[in-house]
Parts: sequence; structure tokens; C-alpha cells
Amino acid sequence: MREHPGGERGQLLRRCRPVLATCVMMPRPAPEPTSLTRGFWEAARRHELVVQRCTACRVYRHYPRVLCPDCHSADWQWTPVSGRGTIFTFTVTHRAFHPAWVDRVPYVCATIELDEGVRMVSDLPAEDTARAEIGMRVEVFFEEQPDDGATLPRFRLCENPPAYVVHE
Amino acid sequence: MTLTAQCAIVGVGQTVYTRGTDRSTLELHLEACRRALDDAGLTVADVDGVIPSSLAQGTVEDFIVNLGLRDLAFSTSVQLGGASLIASVQNACMAISTGVASCVLIPAGRRGYSGERVSTGKAVTAASMATVREFEFPLGNIGAAQWFAQAAQRHMHEFGTTSEQLGHVAVNSRANANLNERALMYGKPMTLADHQNSRMITSPFRLFDCSLESDGAGALVIVSAERGRDLRKPPVLISGVGISHSDSPTSITQKPHVAGVPAIGVAARRALGMAGMHVTDADCLIIHEGFTWYVIAALEALGVVGMGEGGPYVEEGHIRLDGRTPVNPHGGALSEAHVSGMNHIIEGVRQLRDEVEPARQVDGCENILVVNEGNFFDGAVLSLRRAS
Ligand SMILES: [Zn+2]
Repeated sequence: MREHPGGERGQLLRRCRPVLATCVMMPRPAPEPTSLTRGFWEAARRHELVVQRCTACRVYRHYPRVLCPDCHSADWQWTPVSGRGTIFTFTVTHRAFHPAWVDRVPYVCATIELDEGVRMVSDLPAEDTARAEIGMRVEVFFEEQPDDGATLPRFRLCENPPAYVVHE
Repeated sequence: MTLTAQCAIVGVGQTVYTRGTDRSTLELHLEACRRALDDAGLTVADVDGVIPSSLAQGTVEDFIVNLGLRDLAFSTSVQLGGASLIASVQNACMAISTGVASCVLIPAGRRGYSGERVSTGKAVTAASMATVREFEFPLGNIGAAQWFAQAAQRHMHEFGTTSEQLGHVAVNSRANANLNERALMYGKPMTLADHQNSRMITSPFRLFDCSLESDGAGALVIVSAERGRDLRKPPVLISGVGISHSDSPTSITQKPHVAGVPAIGVAARRALGMAGMHVTDADCLIIHEGFTWYVIAALEALGVVGMGEGGPYVEEGHIRLDGRTPVNPHGGALSEAHVSGMNHIIEGVRQLRDEVEPARQVDGCENILVVNEGNFFDGAVLSLRRAS
């Protein structure tokens, strides 16, 4: 006797529904930009990665600061950067430290050193979890957050990328 | 003028350490204060200075109205993250040695189990964490364990430090806690295999690499060394104290040297210089360790071993009670309790009074260094000496 395929699928759906219900991911904590940092997040919305660069001494800096700690100039500009970098260090997180990550563990949380010398933090996509190592090359991608409208610059492993050269 | 041996810790007190409490953080602090005053043989009428705990969002007004303090001459708020406690001791010494105050009460402690549990995402609220909240929380870098894990991972990468070596720190703390009836992990032995089999929290940290989520508080009473001679218990001299606010205090990820804690070395040089000591003169090190790796990093920063040599050093057993450099004879935050570093200072005082269980009394203990980590690798070091 053949089983009714529709019934089988119905059973499957019934089994999955409660699981699916718990799989709705909680939103990530949203950045709350200040007058100093707003340009970074606005650029991200345009899918552009920028950091501060001192107009006087040309040093890149991140996270945002009012003054250049090297020359104390208050003049700076948001400057596009390559979006390429290297994993400086990382951790594979198995326990969520915030409810938003309960359904995302395990995940790699990495400190990225951009080719311009500044560091950023990003979680890597799920497919990179088992592969991440210190020294691996990464590239930026932009992810719109459905709940709060923020666009997050995130990073993922990239294969054999060309070495980035900083042009003055 | 120097602060060395100007002041003494004359009273210590603490609540019972628990995993679960109905009492507020303030209730815990107040109980600890009363016990510390009783230990010193003093009363609230003697207290003219209070330094509430910034970590616990304490306010001086709460202590005035609850203890009935009639005329407080001195209070301040100290902001050095987890190193605020030793920085508060520094402030108390400055106030007393300059005549601003004569008897300063310092409470600290937390409800790390019943209140500010890390998994709720509510643990990080300090103003100095604004950068982390804006640029790292949305990208998943949220828990202190993740920040220190990345430092430990880099240490392993640069120096070959192993998970087993981290495990030796955990096993040492647990062995000592099993000689300490106050310790939360008393009666719960741990082997290196237990450590290796404990579940991964955030690599390379396993469960047993992480300090306890616990509830409890403690308090110190500090007066001048001279006055300390006439009180109930033998005074423990503050022979040196130093802090260091280092570079990049707003995120661990911005540290030039993520694999080390150099500010601890700077703070230690200040404290040891004041005390006229070398680190090898310390008979015991008490290191406030959120995570096992921090003990290894602190041993390197203090100059007990060279950079990268901390892992083999703990593996060879040198931090055991019978080793060259006993570390955390009470079991530390890993196995006694996480009380914002207060239990570490209290242990230093009790060791120097010969008050601890004989099995964990460090032989011939005359000098102890206590180390606090704060914010992101900022540090504070306190040098305690037995009064002659
Ligand atoms: Zn500049």
C-alpha cells in the first residue's frame, strides 16, 4: 500500500512548524550612531566602507575619534578603504552572549586588520565557521538588517585575493 | 612624599558566596561593610570616607543613609573597570596620607549569577563601552569571554600556548579551592581531563577556562599604618600601589599587542618601585582572572617569566602552592567566587595574618602582589606586606 505523499508532507510540516517558529532570528543589536560616527553607517548603507583619515598627517583611524591621536588635528575626512584585510585573531563562539545569537551559534567572531592598518570586528558567515584561521584573507560585504534598517559591513573569507596596494 | 607603608588594611569582611540570591547588590555590600568594620574592631562612627564600587553602580548616598554616616569627609568614584578596586585602594591611601580622611571603607561585589548574567546581553553598560556597543555588538563581539578568547587565540598563535596549559591554571585554582571552605567549588575536584572535556564556550575557552558567575560582596577598611597598630587584628601594610590606563582603552581589538597585557607590567613597576621590591620578592601572587589565559599573560607582564613563556611555566607546576610562585591560593575567580576582585585582596590580607586554612597557607608569607585587570588590559597592582 502506497502512502499518500501529501499526507507525508503534511506530517513533515506539522513536525517542523514548532521548530521553524523558534528559528525566527532575533534582530542583532543595532548601532546607535552619534554625530561623530554617523558617516560610517551612512556609507555602509551605500555599500561603501569608509574610515576616518587625518587631513594633516594622512593617518587612517578607526574607531572614530574627535582628534588625531598622532598630530592632534581636528581635520579629517571619511575615506573609502579597500574592504580587504587579514584575520588578526578570532574565536569560534559556541555560547550566545546575547539572545540575537542563540540561533547563530557556533559562529566565528574575528578581529580583521584591514590593508590600511585599522582593525574592525565581524562575525563571519556560517560557511566559514570551520575554516577560519589567523592570517586568512577576508573581504567586506554589506548586509541590510531587516528590522532596523541598518546596513552592517561584514566580512567573509575570500579565495586567493590579489594583494592590495595602498596608493598615496 | 611616598605612599609606601603609610596605610594599612585593618578590616576585611565578606558575604557568603552563592549561585543564586534574593538580596540586592547593595544589601550584599552593606553586609560586607559591617563585617569588615567588626573585623577591624571599628564602628560606623569611625568611618569618614567611602569609595563605592563603580562596577556595581554604587552611590555614596546609599552608604550614608543605610549606615547612618553622619559626617563623611571623603568619597570618590573610580573608573578603571575591573581594576577599579585596587585603584580605589590607591585613592584611599592618598586621602588618608594627606589627612583628607582617616578611615575609608571600600565595598565591592556583584550578583554575577542572579543579576548581571552575561548571556542576557545586559552585563555591559558602562559609558566607556560605547564604542564596543556601537561597532562590535552588532557584529557579534559581545561577551568578555570573546574578547579575552581572541587575545588568548593570538597568544597561542604567536607563542604556541596550548589549551592544556590553560587547563593547568584552572586545575591549580580548583585544587586550592578544595582547601578553602568558602570557595564555591569546594568539594568539587577537577582534573586536566575534566578541563579538556568541558564544553567549548568560545574557542579557545572551555567552560573551565571561565570564571564563576556568582553572587557575593566584600569590603575593606583602610586607616593609617600608625592607627592600624592598635586595632583588633594585625595590620597589613600597603607597601605599594600602582595603576596604568593604557592605550586603546575602548576595545580590546584595538590593542597593538593583543597577546599581552603590558599595562599590568607598568602598574607593577609603579607598585614595586614604591615598595622597594622586585617581583621575585613576592611570596605569592593573587591575580584577578576572568579567564585562565589572563594568569599566563599576567605572569609574563609582571616579568615572572618572559613573553610567551607563561604556558610552559604553569605546565611545569610553578604556580602551585608548593611551587616557586604560588598563584591564587584561595581558588580565585575561577573556583572561589567572582567578587570583582575583592576576594583576591581579602585573601592577601588573610594570608599575611596567617588566618587561612593551614593547608593553603603560603609558607613564610611576607609579601603579596594582588593584580586587577580592568577595562581592556588596563591594570592595577597592589603590594601588601606583613607588618613587622
Ligand atoms: Zn594626524
